[in-house]
Amino acid sequence: MKAKWIRGTTGAATALLGLLLLTFMIGRVMPLDPVLAIVGPDADRATYEQVYQQLGLDRPLWAQFGRYLGDLAQGDLGRSLLTGLPVTQDLARVLPATLELATLAILLGALLGVPLGVWAASHHKRWPDHVARVLGLLGHSTPIFWFGMMGLLVFYAWLGWAGGIGRIGLGFEGAIPRVTGLMLVDTLLAGDTAAFRSALRHLLLPACVLGLHSMAYLSRMTRSFMLAQLSQEYITTARVKGLSRRQVVWGHAFLNIRVQLLTILALAYGGLLEGAVLVETVFGWPGFGSYLTGSLLLGDMNAVMGSVLVIGLLFVALNLTADALYRVFDPRARS
Amino acid sequence: MTTASLPAAGAWQAWWNDTSTSARKLLANPLTAIGVAVIAVLVAVALFAPWIATHDPLRQDLAAALQPPSAAHWFGTDEFGRDVFSRLVHGTRITLFIVTLVTVVVGPLGMAVGVVSGYFGGRVDLVCMRVADVFLSFPSLVLALAFVAALGPGLDHAVLAIALTAWPPIARLARAEAMTLRNADFIVAAQLQGASHLRVLWRHLAPLCLPSVLVRLTMNMASVVLTAAGLGFLGLGAQPPLPEWGSMISEGRRYMLDSWWTVAAPGAAILAVSMAFNLLGDGLNDALDPRQSS
Repeated sequence: MKAKWIRGTTGAATALLGLLLLTFMIGRVMPLDPVLAIVGPDADRATYEQVYQQLGLDRPLWAQFGRYLGDLAQGDLGRSLLTGLPVTQDLARVLPATLELATLAILLGALLGVPLGVWAASHHKRWPDHVARVLGLLGHSTPIFWFGMMGLLVFYAWLGWAGGIGRIGLGFEGAIPRVTGLMLVDTLLAGDTAAFRSALRHLLLPACVLGLHSMAYLSRMTRSFMLAQLSQEYITTARVKGLSRRQVVWGHAFLNIRVQLLTILALAYGGLLEGAVLVETVFGWPGFGSYLTGSLLLGDMNAVMGSVLVIGLLFVALNLTADALYRVFDPRARS
Repeated sequence: MTTASLPAAGAWQAWWNDTSTSARKLLANPLTAIGVAVIAVLVAVALFAPWIATHDPLRQDLAAALQPPSAAHWFGTDEFGRDVFSRLVHGTRITLFIVTLVTVVVGPLGMAVGVVSGYFGGRVDLVCMRVADVFLSFPSLVLALAFVAALGPGLDHAVLAIALTAWPPIARLARAEAMTLRNADFIVAAQLQGASHLRVLWRHLAPLCLPSVLVRLTMNMASVVLTAAGLGFLGLGAQPPLPEWGSMISEGRRYMLDSWWTVAAPGAAILAVSMAFNLLGDGLNDALDPRQSS
């Protein structure tokens, strides 16, 4: 038991070190001159050399990596060339927007995907199963940025239901004091219901678009988990004893897949971080994804390395959480 | 040489019968048949693109910019007056180019790492899987973005970046297969007869891992199409004026509210192709997985 934990921790530690090394290497081979980005193209030779040495670029790669690790240990990801602020500060500003979007998306995805999967499994090889299969495949195959644009076209431009670009109507921009960074919570704390409605109208469409992938994923996984349960003998026993289909499906089989579902939910949440990059670009959502792509296009090296690292850490943390959830809630995994 | 390298006519006949039987079984599923049909159309369009396209995909005609779909321009024109249909048709070549190249790189690479890792086990396995874990600890699009940032935007770099992020799942799969087989009697028998490691890996293990790896590669093609389109959309993949579908969407974005066809058409094409690969992969999975056929 103890040995297993130790092995798990060293595994996570080496993965973390690898993650750092990979981010570092990506940052070092970027075809941009970090010195030039700081001193500007008109600087003379001496200034260039001075900054070059200040950044430690004259030292061997392993020393540079050590310095990078040292800075990281102090929570220093460097300064963003674009905003002039420390990258950590920038990320703290943009991450709540992404979390708000991803959380609503996973809720929508789970509320639709899980019942769809259960429905498909309890009608195995009949039309509900085929409908769910096609819906799931559609969700997997749709280019999410295109889906978002089509959503904007129909629900914003043509029907006028959705709130368009950004997190909140222009009239409320800057009027809501920032407390948590989550727009829905902040507007409620400010007691401004009109602003809350505006924020919700802006949030719903991108959340639905982003939730499509998790809906597809969750329905497929739920279906296969349920199928595994429904083919077991205790189900037949329950049916023979006179329980209704409904009771058997929801009262017996579904209860037994809850742990697996929880694990899958954590993994799906990690997958949303990826979709967020594209969806945020489409909806002008000032979150992590917009920050990453924006700094990528401008060659803002510190910002790119910092955000890639943070997203990797979040992703690993979610995977570990999924693992831990399984171990805590499944009695068979405890021994 | 061995008899295996000189198969008799009968062996070919048996192989052909086997293949055609499984192909017929595969196509019996209507959804899989649709997927295969769409992929066949895609390949045909890519092969005969210059004859199918009604216009030159790159020729600009500013007088005819942003025209809605009509008899002359089936899917309308974009902001430079280029024919959207012809650009879509020529875009099939880019899509197929990306999918093929990524698969050709990722398949052998993932397979080699996985089979070696699973066969030898121990330290080799530990190192290989740790490296794979590092690559798996980023969302694949974010990692591809970072690689493109490091390499600079462009079609070739996008292909390389996607390939770099796509091999670990293949390696994991091949490793799992190799691990279940490495202590099998026929492998031990081959080793006792003095077969080298390389020979065991190449002649005995790799062929048995191939079916599941191929299924996984097919399903992977759908996500390759989507990732490539996403990179194109963000301006990091194929560069203008190449008619890559993702970058077409990105170019049409500014005019989307009035000229929806510039965005709708390439997106529908991406959806169709990615759906087709998913349908085929799903069908292959069902056909090759004996647990599901009851």
